[in-house]
Amino acid sequence: MTERRDISIKVPVLARVEGEGALDLEIRDGKIEELKLRIFEPPRLFEKFLEGRSYDEVADIVARICGICPVAYQMSAVHAIEQVFECDPGPWVHEMRRLLYCGEWLESHGLHVHLLALPDFFGFNSVAEMAKQFPDEVKRGLALQAIGNEIVRFLGGRSVHPIGVRVGGFYKAPAAADAATLLQKVQQQLAHAESLLRWSAALDLPSSKQDFVSVAIRQADEYPMNEGRIVSDAGHMLVSENFERHFKEHQAPHSTALHCHLDGQPYLVGPLARLNLNHDVLPDAVKSLLHECGIVFPSQNMFHSIIARSVEIYYGLFEAARILEDYVVPDVPYVDVIPRAGIGFGCTEAPRGLLWHRYELDDAGRIVQATIVPPTSQNQARIEEDLYNELLAFGLHNDDAALRLRAEMVIRNYDPCISCSTHFLDLRVKRI
Amino acid sequence: MLNLGEPLLTLAELVDIIHFAEAGPVDPEAKVDIAFVEGSITTPDELQRIQRVRANSRYLITIGACATAGGIQALRNHANTSEWMAAIYAQPDFIETLDTSTAIAEHVRVDFELWGCPINSHQIVAVVRALLFGVAPLQEHDSLCLECKRQGNVCVLVTQQQPCMGPVTQTGCGALCPKFGRACYACYGPKENSNSDSLSQRFQGFGLLPDEIADKFLLINNAAPAFAAAGQKAKEIDHD
Repeated sequence: MTERRDISIKVPVLARVEGEGALDLEIRDGKIEELKLRIFEPPRLFEKFLEGRSYDEVADIVARICGICPVAYQMSAVHAIEQVFECDPGPWVHEMRRLLYCGEWLESHGLHVHLLALPDFFGFNSVAEMAKQFPDEVKRGLALQAIGNEIVRFLGGRSVHPIGVRVGGFYKAPAAADAATLLQKVQQQLAHAESLLRWSAALDLPSSKQDFVSVAIRQADEYPMNEGRIVSDAGHMLVSENFERHFKEHQAPHSTALHCHLDGQPYLVGPLARLNLNHDVLPDAVKSLLHECGIVFPSQNMFHSIIARSVEIYYGLFEAARILEDYVVPDVPYVDVIPRAGIGFGCTEAPRGLLWHRYELDDAGRIVQATIVPPTSQNQARIEEDLYNELLAFGLHNDDAALRLRAEMVIRNYDPCISCSTHFLDLRVKRI
Repeated sequence: MLNLGEPLLTLAELVDIIHFAEAGPVDPEAKVDIAFVEGSITTPDELQRIQRVRANSRYLITIGACATAGGIQALRNHANTSEWMAAIYAQPDFIETLDTSTAIAEHVRVDFELWGCPINSHQIVAVVRALLFGVAPLQEHDSLCLECKRQGNVCVLVTQQQPCMGPVTQTGCGALCPKFGRACYACYGPKENSNSDSLSQRFQGFGLLPDEIADKFLLINNAAPAFAAAGQKAKEIDHD
């Protein structure tokens, strides 16, 4: 018996970063004959836009790659350029970059958990609909997203495409009084984050266990954001210069998106991968809260991603408070750089996972060549593998609507850049 | 818009949100009073779709630099797009894309434009409020300098010879960059009747090369007519 199901995801949005995706599923004799996730990704011409531009324009240009995680693009870029210039901006800049990243994680995870994932999970069509039944939970989520935005504004002037970051540090140091005010607000939100964590730990998530390799950056003394080596639970430990030796991007034949493999295999980046590899360096207070909630890492259940995001929301606030408590206004919030030719690499942890940049500069500090490998292209192959396993385990006898919902949930765990759009599958089924 | 926070819930009470894929409701072919359009026209499909959006909407409002001026993506308009595609993708034929990224107004009539990359949430709320009250939304096209002076910032162009785009850029961001001690890079697009020639000359006086001056105009709003012309003119300074 041959049953052919074409499930197509059509995303009718006129937009720049959201993609258009389709899932082709062919089932024969109760087995998946073919599974292809096709994602239309608007061409990443940014690498070309950068050519010829000065090093001091890069942070402003790459921010435009994503409206949700501009800070990540700025961070990978400035670290790569500073590597070329052999510039060390020092401890104040290190701490402020962590604070800025905390803001972005809070904003991005807050948005994902409350506005994208939970309405889906509870079967609401939108957050506005969900707000009628769960007003407190939705308000809590919006407040956590808002504190993230406020942290980014503190250092970046505005929360989307912030303007505060420069090669060598920051354009301006915030006033001590503003830091004190922000610290108070951050501390107020800690209770919200704690209740979110307890709440998400109690969600009735599907149980699932799959073999996959987690990849994240890591260093011995702090939870990873800007610095560290690229590690995997398959034993890799690489400096970012060696990324291309093991990670290869290629265009899958059926897709317009670039897929990235680790030694020829799919792998996972993002909050769950970060925690799988770095749970041991979380502060003790965060660890004991996890213990109390019965949350255990590492986990091979992708549905635990929502818990991982909640953990990082809590940690993000905790870390932001720590940094703000010690805040001092420096004499100068940046170090001067001297442009020179060379190749530099930047690898930081975007909300969605590893974000790797490589820049070649000329002796005036102009970009000769740029390569950017975003998290979504790294997770793409893993999403396909996950869909294959998960739909099989879920049961192919389920009707198309149920399969589509399950597929959406699986895809959303990765929070891909198309995740906003895949919520709205225009399901078309053909049976041959 | 998803960044509004709690005002998003208030907004959802004031209007019926019919189609907003990122937030939930999807009904792309519905007749609506207001259509906010984000993003530029870069694919064959969008060429068709924008015509339907126009036909279905009483007011069509563009939000952001991409929809209003083609955005940073319009940098491809002056390049060999197929060559670029081949440099990035092994099989560029699979990718449906136009050679250009163009503003919505080049294809259909636009009622209001919200400039900026990014726009701020206040702009959206204000335009919806105005239309609900039945009045024309107030559009500010003053230069950034006016806002900057009102704030009492030290002028980075006059005092530090930084190549600040404030004099030719429209206000709306809150003069953020000068407030942070750095030159404005024109993410809100050209102000009305901007005197780009004079600013280009000033930049030359600071020692900027023609290409460097052109880069200042040809960034986020490179295809906005006033900036496109100024950028082109700056590139030709060499040939004088």
